[in-house]
Amino acid sequence: MEGSHAVAEAVSLCRPQVVAAYPITPQTHIIEHLAEMVADGGLASEFISAESEFAAASIVLGAVAAGSRAFTASASQGLLLMTEVLFNIAGLRLPVVMVCANRAVGAPINIFSDHQDSMALRDAGWIQLYAGSNQEAADTIIQAYRIAETCELPVMVCMDGFFLTHTFEPVDLPGQDTVDAFLPAFHFARTLDPTRPITLGGGSEPDNYMEYRQHQHQALVSAATEIENVNLEFAQTFGRDHGGLIDAYRLEGAEVVMVTLGSVMGAVKDVVDSLRGQGQLVGALRLRCFRPFPASALVTSLCDTGCNAKRIVVLEKALSVGADGIVVTELRAALHNAGMAVIVEGFVGGLGGRDLTIEVIESVFRTASDGVSTRCRFAGLKPESGDQSTMGES
Amino acid sequence: MDVRDTYRHNVLTSGHRACSGCGEAMAARMVTDIIGPDAVYINATGCLQVFTTHNQQSAWQAPWIHSVFANAAAVASGVEAAMRANGKDTPVVVQAGDGGTFDIGLQCLSGMIERGHDVLFVCYDNEAYMNTGVQRSSSTPHAVRTTTSPPGRLSEGKHHLKKDVISIIAAHQMPYAATATVAYFPDLKAKVEKAMSLKGPRFLQVLSPCPLGWNHDAAQTIQVSRLAVETGLFPLVELEHGAVTGVMRLARQRPVEDYIKLQGRFKHLFGSKGGAVEIRHLQALADARIRRYGLLEADTEWTTDTANQVQRRGRGGYARVSKGESQ
Ligand SMILES: Cc1ncc(C[n+]2csc(CCOP(=O)(O)OP(=O)(O)O)c2C)c(N)n1
Ligand code: SF4
Repeated sequence: MEGSHAVAEAVSLCRPQVVAAYPITPQTHIIEHLAEMVADGGLASEFISAESEFAAASIVLGAVAAGSRAFTASASQGLLLMTEVLFNIAGLRLPVVMVCANRAVGAPINIFSDHQDSMALRDAGWIQLYAGSNQEAADTIIQAYRIAETCELPVMVCMDGFFLTHTFEPVDLPGQDTVDAFLPAFHFARTLDPTRPITLGGGSEPDNYMEYRQHQHQALVSAATEIENVNLEFAQTFGRDHGGLIDAYRLEGAEVVMVTLGSVMGAVKDVVDSLRGQGQLVGALRLRCFRPFPASALVTSLCDTGCNAKRIVVLEKALSVGADGIVVTELRAALHNAGMAVIVEGFVGGLGGRDLTIEVIESVFRTASDGVSTRCRFAGLKPESGDQSTMGES
Repeated sequence: MDVRDTYRHNVLTSGHRACSGCGEAMAARMVTDIIGPDAVYINATGCLQVFTTHNQQSAWQAPWIHSVFANAAAVASGVEAAMRANGKDTPVVVQAGDGGTFDIGLQCLSGMIERGHDVLFVCYDNEAYMNTGVQRSSSTPHAVRTTTSPPGRLSEGKHHLKKDVISIIAAHQMPYAATATVAYFPDLKAKVEKAMSLKGPRFLQVLSPCPLGWNHDAAQTIQVSRLAVETGLFPLVELEHGAVTGVMRLARQRPVEDYIKLQGRFKHLFGSKGGAVEIRHLQALADARIRRYGLLEADTEWTTDTANQVQRRGRGGYARVSKGESQ
């Protein structure tokens, strides 16, 4: 089943009452499929074709505040156009669930996948979960509603554009009854109801704004536990465990560990297997949850539990231009705060849809063992842009 | 369970922090009391939102939500969809300033109307961005002084005309669009009631003088509001499915000078040759609106066609300055 199709089916199983949509590649197949389901009567939902992503985000904001489960999806330019509203949804603590079909950000305009769009929204106050496969993307939708509604926090389910949205993989969709049992009917305590009038989104000033923000931060940090719990319960109910906050692979005795996000993990696992076959002590770890940042789970997996990481290489599909990779910076800080003196090297690759091939992944493992660099490095640049080893340094 | 205080029915209650004589506060009090507390209110950013909510205090006794500046109509679309999905028919009402309607909010408003949402959108038109300290909006009339359209050696205030938003809205062929103002309460009341009796997207533009931004005596809000109508500058009209179905006719036309001389925002026009040109243009615009909507029995000097061709001073806009005349 196509990834977008699987995700749309999973959304439908969660019975959203309001779906707001605006087309953008590579997200479009998701909303198109939802539109079909509504048109055929398979999904009882108000399907609203917004006039922009800014409006789509605002529509789901209003719908959730007025007591309905809602869904929207976007990517890239559309996600950035939503930015103001996404911060607002988080500040209002509304349990909105959306999909980001990860795509590069222009200029130059590019429809292919990387993680720059959702990474740019990392400070918006949304939980961010990155799927590694179509099955996981579909399952994560169901988990996301549970997490959002328990924590009163919005959740963004990120799935790689094209690599997941447009590829066909077998996906096992659960039955409606099982989902209904797992996900109770929508309930939001602060709903807009004339018999219990409340004011949502009023003004604040220096004497209480900081406390709002601190509470929001605390809620996001605490959501880590809920993400783990929901994953466990999901595994018990549906028989599939995608990892709660992180998805670790062959970390036992690993001396070099690659940390990454999203669908590239499939290829990374293959490389780990082949290097292990050659006797190299390597492993891999996929950040399933990027917000809240799972600092302690990372420290535990990388430095305790039988892993013996001496070097960590981060391979990520976004960067903070002019600074460094984003994940690498946060990982270094987490390890530093935990007193771990591990070398962490960062590589940025796969931008704008460039393939992260087995060769590139292997070369990242290799280069990591070659020396220490704290500079932002690019993996998979064309030879004329960098040195011969396809490793460019900036 | 209904937790409301049965003795205090006002949707917008006292104790808020509007300036004295605030036309927007008056208008909102009137409109929301006519609609009543059994509705959901969505507010755009602006004075009304700022002076009614502050640090966990709220002057609203009905469910009320504010998100951001531009998206009130889209939030309302979502609220209305949620109501429909839950089988409720709670009325949904948007309140926004002219900035939140004519400018930054126009796209969301157009989308809301095009999709036919059952929402009443009320614009409290005080003809500038007041909350941020009186900057020009596309609703600000021609030649007005604001902080971003200051008169100067090369300028007589705002260079561009007030956007004809009611026509833009009505062009969506929606059930009801009307203008009103605080000086004519029975008219305002009838229009709110009419709007609430209809389904689908409805729009009200309520002229709401702002003593701070218009720089008039706070005790004269109602007089200023009435003069805007009596001069023909702000016609009171109703449009249904795009066609004019009602106008408030004038017994006689007051000269625009009677209106503008009460307001500091026009003061720079008096006593200069250039200012006189602008006043003449404002008169032309008032005449044209009277003709357009047939507000008087008698003819006016300026027609709809000629008014927009009158020269205006200052740079910018599409003013045609005929040689040797105004410089
Ligand atoms: C996106 C955005 N841009 C600018 C602002 C700053 N701002 C807040 S209120 C306002 C003006 C409001 O003007 P209007 O809609 O006419 O309402 P009024 O205050 O006059 O009632 C502006 C510019 C903002 N809050 N959000
Ligand atoms: S600035 Fe104007 S609109 Fe704002 S509260 Fe004061 S009088 Fe009212």
